[in-house]
Amino acid sequence: MSAEENIDVSIHNRLHPPMDPVPPDRSLADCPHPEGRSDDIPGKDLRQAEVFLKGEISGHKGIFAEGRPETPGYNFAYLDEQTKRMLRRAILKAVAVPGCQVPFGGREMPMPYGWGTGGIQVSAAIMGKNDVLKVIDQGSDDTTNAVSIRSFFRRVAGIPVTTSTGEATIIQTRHRIPEHPLREGQIIVYQVPVPEPLRWMEPSEKETRTMHALEEYGVMHVKLYEDIARHGEIATSYDYPVMVGGRYVMSPSPLPKFDNPKMHQSPALQLFGAGREKRVYAVPPYTDVRSLDFEDYPFSVQHWDKPCGICGSTDTYLDEIITDDKGTRLYVCSDTDHCAARLASRKDKRGGPDD
Amino acid sequence: MYVAVKGGEKAIANAHALLAEKRRGDVSVPEIGTEQIREQLSLAVDRVMSEGSLYDRDTAALAIKQARGDLVEAVFLVRAYRTTLPRFGSADPLDTESMRVRRRVSATYKDVPGGQVLGPTFDYTHRLLDPDLAGCSNDPRRPGNDADGAEETLDDASGVCPKVLSFLEKEGLLPEEEDRGDAPGDLTRQPLQLPADRDIRLQNLARGDEGMLLALAYSTQRGFGSTHPFAGEIRMGEVEVAFRPEELGFPLTIGEITITECETVNKFTGGGDVPASFTRGYGLTFGEGERKAMSMALVDRSLRSEELGETVKGPAQDQEFVLYHSDNVEASGFVQHLKLPHYVDFQAELELVRSLRRAHAENAARDSVFRRAFP
Repeated sequence: MSAEENIDVSIHNRLHPPMDPVPPDRSLADCPHPEGRSDDIPGKDLRQAEVFLKGEISGHKGIFAEGRPETPGYNFAYLDEQTKRMLRRAILKAVAVPGCQVPFGGREMPMPYGWGTGGIQVSAAIMGKNDVLKVIDQGSDDTTNAVSIRSFFRRVAGIPVTTSTGEATIIQTRHRIPEHPLREGQIIVYQVPVPEPLRWMEPSEKETRTMHALEEYGVMHVKLYEDIARHGEIATSYDYPVMVGGRYVMSPSPLPKFDNPKMHQSPALQLFGAGREKRVYAVPPYTDVRSLDFEDYPFSVQHWDKPCGICGSTDTYLDEIITDDKGTRLYVCSDTDHCAARLASRKDKRGGPDD
Repeated sequence: MYVAVKGGEKAIANAHALLAEKRRGDVSVPEIGTEQIREQLSLAVDRVMSEGSLYDRDTAALAIKQARGDLVEAVFLVRAYRTTLPRFGSADPLDTESMRVRRRVSATYKDVPGGQVLGPTFDYTHRLLDPDLAGCSNDPRRPGNDADGAEETLDDASGVCPKVLSFLEKEGLLPEEEDRGDAPGDLTRQPLQLPADRDIRLQNLARGDEGMLLALAYSTQRGFGSTHPFAGEIRMGEVEVAFRPEELGFPLTIGEITITECETVNKFTGGGDVPASFTRGYGLTFGEGERKAMSMALVDRSLRSEELGETVKGPAQDQEFVLYHSDNVEASGFVQHLKLPHYVDFQAELELVRSLRRAHAENAARDSVFRRAFP
């Protein structure tokens, strides 16, 4: 399947509000007047509306919250249509040149840089009214920032949200790829802090752009080699560099290297947004993504001696939790949705409640 | 178990409620109004307008109130609001020579046409805390404080106060800045590309953090890329903003804004066939922002090192270093994002360090066995 076809699936013609030079309902946002009524403040509804979904995160099927009306005073999915168009152009270019960092005119978002503004802008640009959104941070749907981003989109786009990987059409993530395999038609949007994989070796952007242009990746191999010489293995455990489509060395955002193999030949479209650095890049579906290594020191992923303390899984990424002041450790799945689903299916098989 | 993460949403709601309560402070003390902030904390308002890139005193005052006086947070609020505003077009370039000057000093000439006007400056105050201000009876017109008529502007005579540096230009000692006629870039629409032209650099500096620019400017004075600056002219006052609607084709004055402008005269270039001439640094802020305007002028001049054929050796001369790190909204976000959960990455590091230590211990054990066997 070609990249273009996929983009078409994801950014197809959905019902966007018609574009007006000045949207009729923008009056509040356009004329803040502190002298006027105190509720004349832009984003008032956004601020005053309840921030969270009710009864979120409980069962194993994934919570599915219906869409709700959009917040008045803001365009669908917050960004104006011109900005979305600019972003989509950049995304299309990124899809056409897999792994290449494409600059875009990043906007200031109502969240701080470092909180996922790049991912949020990418999600906003590709989002349609029929999309279902899942947001995870550290693999979990219920970490504070994931909760906050999900409720932001539910508010400004009014689209349904879910915690289930299978149900989502757009998955925005920070630091993890869900354990549940992605499928065709899904888009995973990564929040990226530092898009440049060569940055730690070369601080200058001018230099690193040239290095990418000339496919000059010697420094990266030297770095990996020095790791082996010093530590006996490649001492990079997350943000492990990958080669995309045999051409561009790319930062997989700070994923643990455990997730790197999931990027290879993934049926889903993978988009990466770096808000502060104003770069997007992409891995189209069914693209080769190879973690850099050496023949005699092949790439390997983390594994744990213990199974997940909740669902018993032995093939997932585990977080280590210190449970008491004696330093007792508990290992549990980082992907909370996957863990809950596994637990539920185990219960179902036994036909009764666990223990 | 693991409630720390599960309780996230409720914790956020509670934190917001607590924040609102702390913002208000002791309710027995009257609440501060945005008009009071606008009028009495006007320099804070000016800084927020400058770094927020939005000239609106009321919005800035509201942001300061909402941010509990944290100016960087207030700048962020203004930026996030500004980005949602529609654009009607660009104003004509400001004619700062026609400024209605309220302050104007030159350090390069003892006297200049138009004169030296101190205006409302802290420069010659003795920094002694004034107990009278602690009360609420600080009417500037109280006896002994002759504020009436203190404010004199220069527009009564000729109406125009010539630019000090224009005298150097006329003599050919300072190259005139030319309008190349092309539209200036806009960092808020296009990402920064390097090397950046001076329009982009100046926009970046104008939005840049005052503290950052101050430190950079200071570093050039202490030897990290000295540019030997003189404060050619600093002026503050009101200028008209003219807008040229497409359908009319002629400019309309749509308002007046207060700005501070600083032009420095810096070390000369030339040699060989080229006659020596001075160089210029330029700084401009909304409102009264003299510290920022001067810092900006010094840093602007430093960033011209490359085009003027000087060796780039100080941080303030390095475009990439300055332009990528001057924005406090970006910097504050990225530094503070470290408090978001990172336990997935940390887990990966934890496993790695443990495995490295295991390997190290095994090697050491093997070595000691070897040494005992073959002493």
